[in-house]
Amino acid sequence: MNGEPVNVGPVIEGPANEGPAQAGGAQLPAGRDRQATVLRLGCLAVLLVIAAIFPLVITNALYTQFAVDTMIYVGAVAAWNLFSGYTGYISLGNAVFFGTGAYTVGLLTKQWKLPGGDIFALLPLGGLVAALVAVPLGLVALRVRRHTFVVITIAFFFIFQLLAFNLSFTGGNQGVSSPFFLWSAADYNNPFYYVGLIIAVATISLSWLIRNSRFGLQLLAIRDDEDRARGLGVRTMRTKLTAFVISAGITGMIGGLWWFFIGQALPETAFDPLFDLTVALMAFLGGFGTLAGPVLGALILEPLQQWIGITFTNGYTSDIVLGGLFLAVILFMPRGLVPTGAEFVTKWRVAQARRREAAPGGSAPGGSAPGGSAPPGSPTLGRTGSPGAGTPGASTPGASTPSTGTPSTGGVR
Amino acid sequence: MTALLRTDAVTKSFGGVQALNGATLEVEEGTIAGLIGPNGSGKTTLFNVITGYERVDAGDVYLGDQRITNAPPDKVFLAGIGRTFQLTRVFSRLTVMENMIVAAQHADRGGRRLRNPLARAGGPATRQRARELLEFTGIDRHAGALAETLSYGQRKLLELSYVLMADPAIVLLDEPAGGVNLTLITTIADRIRELNQRGTTFLIVEHNMDFVMGLCDQVTVLDYGTAVVSGPPDVIRTDPRVLDAYLGTAEDDDDIAVS
Repeated sequence: MNGEPVNVGPVIEGPANEGPAQAGGAQLPAGRDRQATVLRLGCLAVLLVIAAIFPLVITNALYTQFAVDTMIYVGAVAAWNLFSGYTGYISLGNAVFFGTGAYTVGLLTKQWKLPGGDIFALLPLGGLVAALVAVPLGLVALRVRRHTFVVITIAFFFIFQLLAFNLSFTGGNQGVSSPFFLWSAADYNNPFYYVGLIIAVATISLSWLIRNSRFGLQLLAIRDDEDRARGLGVRTMRTKLTAFVISAGITGMIGGLWWFFIGQALPETAFDPLFDLTVALMAFLGGFGTLAGPVLGALILEPLQQWIGITFTNGYTSDIVLGGLFLAVILFMPRGLVPTGAEFVTKWRVAQARRREAAPGGSAPGGSAPGGSAPPGSPTLGRTGSPGAGTPGASTPGASTPSTGTPSTGGVR
Repeated sequence: MTALLRTDAVTKSFGGVQALNGATLEVEEGTIAGLIGPNGSGKTTLFNVITGYERVDAGDVYLGDQRITNAPPDKVFLAGIGRTFQLTRVFSRLTVMENMIVAAQHADRGGRRLRNPLARAGGPATRQRARELLEFTGIDRHAGALAETLSYGQRKLLELSYVLMADPAIVLLDEPAGGVNLTLITTIADRIRELNQRGTTFLIVEHNMDFVMGLCDQVTVLDYGTAVVSGPPDVIRTDPRVLDAYLGTAEDDDDIAVS
């Protein structure tokens, strides 16, 4: 059949990819798509290399500390997006899992008297406990939708913060402190940075895998119309709960890393309402539900926030600047940076393709798809002759269409 | 012949409104059945009850010999009942092909008990089948387009196409001709007939009487949540009880008399 024009595009941008399909129907040459893929992979590789050597090149402890904070947020946003972005269930309670992971790792470290870097081995355990906590919470919260879901996740958040203050084993408002470490002050931040980087890259990779899997498609179907998805055989509760739990587990691991890095978990910092808001805002800034958007949002916002924090001693400046920034985003690109950017690029490329086609002149029908080879993508929106009704098979060289025996196509419109 | 789909004295009320009041309906295997009735007579509620979107207060629903009363929508679909909605419901931000793959939950199992949950969505067999169905309904050109870019009529066709992905024994269509232009109505009717000849049973709710009477083997009239009469189209057309249901009788003082 006609290759697969379907699932090829949204590899990097993810679900909100406004591929060429929407942009008015001009066909982009297949070669350009391959070029774009190579370009994307190249950019990705460059980014990874930069991320990998960053603390080796920039050794200033202040900047590496920013880098660790940024990695923590990149991972946390990617985890948040994996559930909220894909299903459309906006959770403002992921700090529950962040704090649970932090406290789990902290309390176990204390209990087992673990030294130095061994604590990293506890991170998966922190994630596991957070994931287990997420199961009953998800079973309750996922019964309701939209605003009600948001409110319930906030309620859970406050319950957990209260518990952290008041339970006997959490250390109350003293919290849980981490031990001192043996490694040198010069590259003190590096282990945290690399563990954070590994978690972040793993989470992003997982998001990408999920985006292209049947599981991911089910999540996106739930986002678009949950009841309809259920009526087509999708076990919606199981599907969204799975995503919720995976997201919680990753967030828990990151919480454990954060505790280890900061050195202390307090109820108001481990269960921090600002964490919930920041994560959601980063995702919205970059592009809610896309693969690259939330990561981009975190990469922009966290360093910016830190920089403002040290540049302006007035504690409110950061809030004012960020508030203004978000107003601007909501006004000018409400869907976020990545979808808006992708749309811009697509428009530009379509315009280019049009111009190139106009230059030779005359060879209107068939456009970029000469002969019967039918390159991937061509049958969908071929710009065959006049726009609108009745085009299929009519102006393309009839032999090239493998779809014989479709008497319907012509009469449908 | 045995009834493929049967509702047995199904009752359903919403607060004080009695939407279904002992509705009994039988659809024979291999037929195209019509379900008509005035607005608010409970047609869509009956669909919702059959497909698991609403729970019954009393009564039973059977698919063949299988009792499916109050089964959840996903189970009903996998048991072999496909359904479209009065207002089309497609996954607007997925492509047409992805819409089709969502409906292929049963497929791609490849005989294995455990599936890799991260396997790429839609294997070659699924895509092949999806493409055939899209060709059948005539929207295969749009396979790569986002569903939100389709026209209303094309969405109706997409709904019909993805419901067929599971090879349902019976398809319930809720107003397939509503809000659709005349040519497309003909296409839809042709497709239904063709599928029916291949063995798919249909139950159709529709207000377009020409469409129903021209297509259906058996028509049931629903009024105030009760099936008042059932029979072949030409019988239904002349049955006084049908006129009563639509226009009200002389004794119904509060109804407007139309002669």
